[in-house]
Amino acid sequence: MKSFTFAAGLCLTASFAIAETPVLTVYAPDYFGSEWGPGPAIEQAFEATCECDLQFVTGDVLPRLLLEGERTRADAVIGLNTDVTARARATGLFAPHGQDTSDLTMPIDWTDDVFLPFNWGHTAFIYNNTKIENPPTSFDELLNAPDDLKIVIQDPRSSISGLALILWVKAVYGDDAEAAWAKLQPKILTVTKGWSESYGMFTDGEADMVLSYTTSPAYHIIAENDQTKQAAIFEEGHYFMVELAAQIAGTDQPELAQAFMDFILTEPFQSIIPEGNWSFPANLSSDKLPTGFDQLKLPEKVLFYTEDEAAALRDEALDEWLRALR
Amino acid sequence: MAARASLTIRLFGGAAIAVLLTLSLGTLIAVLLRAEAISGFGRPEWAAVRFTLMQATLSALISVSLAIPLARALARRQFPGRSALITLLGAPFILPVIVAILGLVAIFGRNGVISNILGFPLDIYGLQGILLAHVFFNLPLATRLILQGWLAIPSERFRLAASLGFTSGNVARTIERPMLIEIVPGAFLVIFLICLTSFAVALALGGGPAATTVELAIYQAFRFDFDLSKAALLASAQFVICAIAGIIALRLSIPQVAGGELDRTLDRWDAKSPFLRLQDGVIIILSAVFLLVPLSAVVLRGLPGVLEMPVSVWQAALRSIFVTVIATTVCMAMSLSLAFFVQNIKRGKIWVEGVSLLAIAASPLVMGTGLFLILFPMMDPSRAMLFITALVNAAMALPFALRALVPALRQIEGTYGKLADSLGMHGFTRLRYLYLPRLRRPLGFSAGLIAALAMGDLGVITLFSDPNRATLPLEMYRLMASYRLEAASGAALLLLMFSLSVFWIFDKGGRVNADV
Repeated sequence: MKSFTFAAGLCLTASFAIAETPVLTVYAPDYFGSEWGPGPAIEQAFEATCECDLQFVTGDVLPRLLLEGERTRADAVIGLNTDVTARARATGLFAPHGQDTSDLTMPIDWTDDVFLPFNWGHTAFIYNNTKIENPPTSFDELLNAPDDLKIVIQDPRSSISGLALILWVKAVYGDDAEAAWAKLQPKILTVTKGWSESYGMFTDGEADMVLSYTTSPAYHIIAENDQTKQAAIFEEGHYFMVELAAQIAGTDQPELAQAFMDFILTEPFQSIIPEGNWSFPANLSSDKLPTGFDQLKLPEKVLFYTEDEAAALRDEALDEWLRALR
Repeated sequence: MAARASLTIRLFGGAAIAVLLTLSLGTLIAVLLRAEAISGFGRPEWAAVRFTLMQATLSALISVSLAIPLARALARRQFPGRSALITLLGAPFILPVIVAILGLVAIFGRNGVISNILGFPLDIYGLQGILLAHVFFNLPLATRLILQGWLAIPSERFRLAASLGFTSGNVARTIERPMLIEIVPGAFLVIFLICLTSFAVALALGGGPAATTVELAIYQAFRFDFDLSKAALLASAQFVICAIAGIIALRLSIPQVAGGELDRTLDRWDAKSPFLRLQDGVIIILSAVFLLVPLSAVVLRGLPGVLEMPVSVWQAALRSIFVTVIATTVCMAMSLSLAFFVQNIKRGKIWVEGVSLLAIAASPLVMGTGLFLILFPMMDPSRAMLFITALVNAAMALPFALRALVPALRQIEGTYGKLADSLGMHGFTRLRYLYLPRLRRPLGFSAGLIAALAMGDLGVITLFSDPNRATLPLEMYRLMASYRLEAASGAALLLLMFSLSVFWIFDKGGRVNADV
């Protein structure tokens, strides 16, 4: 009986201990929160400072948030990008991040006071330099390449990188975007639902080039010591993709959510990004990047649509894409 | 049957129907209720419906047409390794979509084995690619369903046919054709419905947006436009197609009148001519090559990765086994209840079978969203991820189980029902001594199929995954999404081996003491 009372007491203390630790719930994409993404390391680093329990809830962040609306359990979200933030902002669920973004390590200026960037990259076509000696050096060259140069891309309706691609083409070709797609069409081996299928087809040698990011070769260089995967740099410029975080205005943990916002641009968080999310950190000087990142080929010119421009153009860009490829 | 047993059957059957309706129509209604505006069907939506109907019809037609000679060949030949081959042939069906795509491309792609042998690149991207993939997935399933029909023919009929000097043509006309008329429409229907919700395969091998299926249009409505009413409308279109196809198929299927025979070993005296042996041999070998070569590509790709797989992948595998056990248990309970329910009601049998089909015709995305909307006010849906995965898989696999169990039960009742009545065998005794021993083969087959399906499915959890409790397929996708393609191939191989093992164990269990 004595031991039972003791055990019961132990259970009680244990549950009190759990109850006393405040929980910060952050919605994140599946790749972000998984063991192979940056989530676990960020969780550890943040919990060391906050005396709280940071929990990533993974899944489709924006659709989930839109479904939940005001009743959301999220205190903060991470992993949105500018091509969808107009829709997210319209919900009115978010509160300002309160960070100084005047001196970030990004190629564009950032003035948004709600969505806070934490990493970035550009869309790019990746090729294997043992198979292609002279990759296209411009979008025009890609369009005019022989039709047996095969690329795989992702569907803008189901993939965020696919959406970035149609905006990239729109940014380069403007009103001639549909004609550009028509020219590219014979070179498009196929279109996949997500990035993984495309990338798998590329690494299997089925396609010559794949739509991915300028930072993709970093994984092969650092983790596999493989120098053969390279981004083809186009002189018209590359579409800038930035990933964002924001806090929820109606959170029941306002201090913790704010603490998390304050944490994002600090070095402990930022230094996890390069090899955790294979992207450029938004606030980390280049000398602190891991070796390997210095070998990445990067565009001189960056193309970028603000969220309002992206929101205004995406339906038109999708229609042009569909008409040209059908 | 005694009134009490009949009440139990009604209760269990009713509960099973309620679960199925909640998962299919209930989730759809949940999505509709959350929708803000009402949107209509435009030209792109109709185009998606037309394309979906076309590819699903062709895929099902080809799969079933090829499955009939293959099932016949497997039914009338005995050879070493036959049962291993039948098990292996089930493998494509349980592969995760992304693994199957890469496996097919490794063989039939422009840099695939065949292109390299021929010296010029094959072009599989287009309708031909979609059909290739869908036949690859579904030929084995169609073959198994039709083979069940063949094995269920009482051997006395073949004996009698032999003693009357029937040729194989006579046997086909008088014995096999009536069986096919009963079985084939159902097999066609389930494959049609599976292809109806195809999306990732159709897009990747279809070569682009010309291959836009209804499920992709739902995805667009949901993720690109966030238009829930359009998503729900498209999902309803899928149900309407399912209902029409179901009515046509179930009307075409003519149940056989069960006669009283004994179930014994089968020897096919009518099929001993060298020509027929050669014909069957060629059919079996060609099908085996078509189905097993892409699988061996999956195995070869996976071998190097198996060694470098982290502990968490093995943990995910254990979790998947847990999901599988639950899904199989739930599905067996539901399908047995429903099979007895169908057996015991006089009218509306077709409706019960129809309801069971709704779950395969349901859009996984809409089902997942609906479940999320239903659960979210009560709890964190991520916490229920494993259970939801199990339940949805149980519902999806139910029609297969039902298709195997209902005819078998009718056969048993027709043959032994009166005898059992006269002996006063009712309730549990009747279940234990009459039904279960004779249902062993269809039960084992269905359990194996459900288990394998549940093992490989990712299904409805795109909105809510649990970062700390991934199943094996989810873990595989995560490895891929973080560039670890080799480890992902290893995980795919592991998945394939586990799925085949559970399928084999259950199927074998169902064939213990069975002579055929």
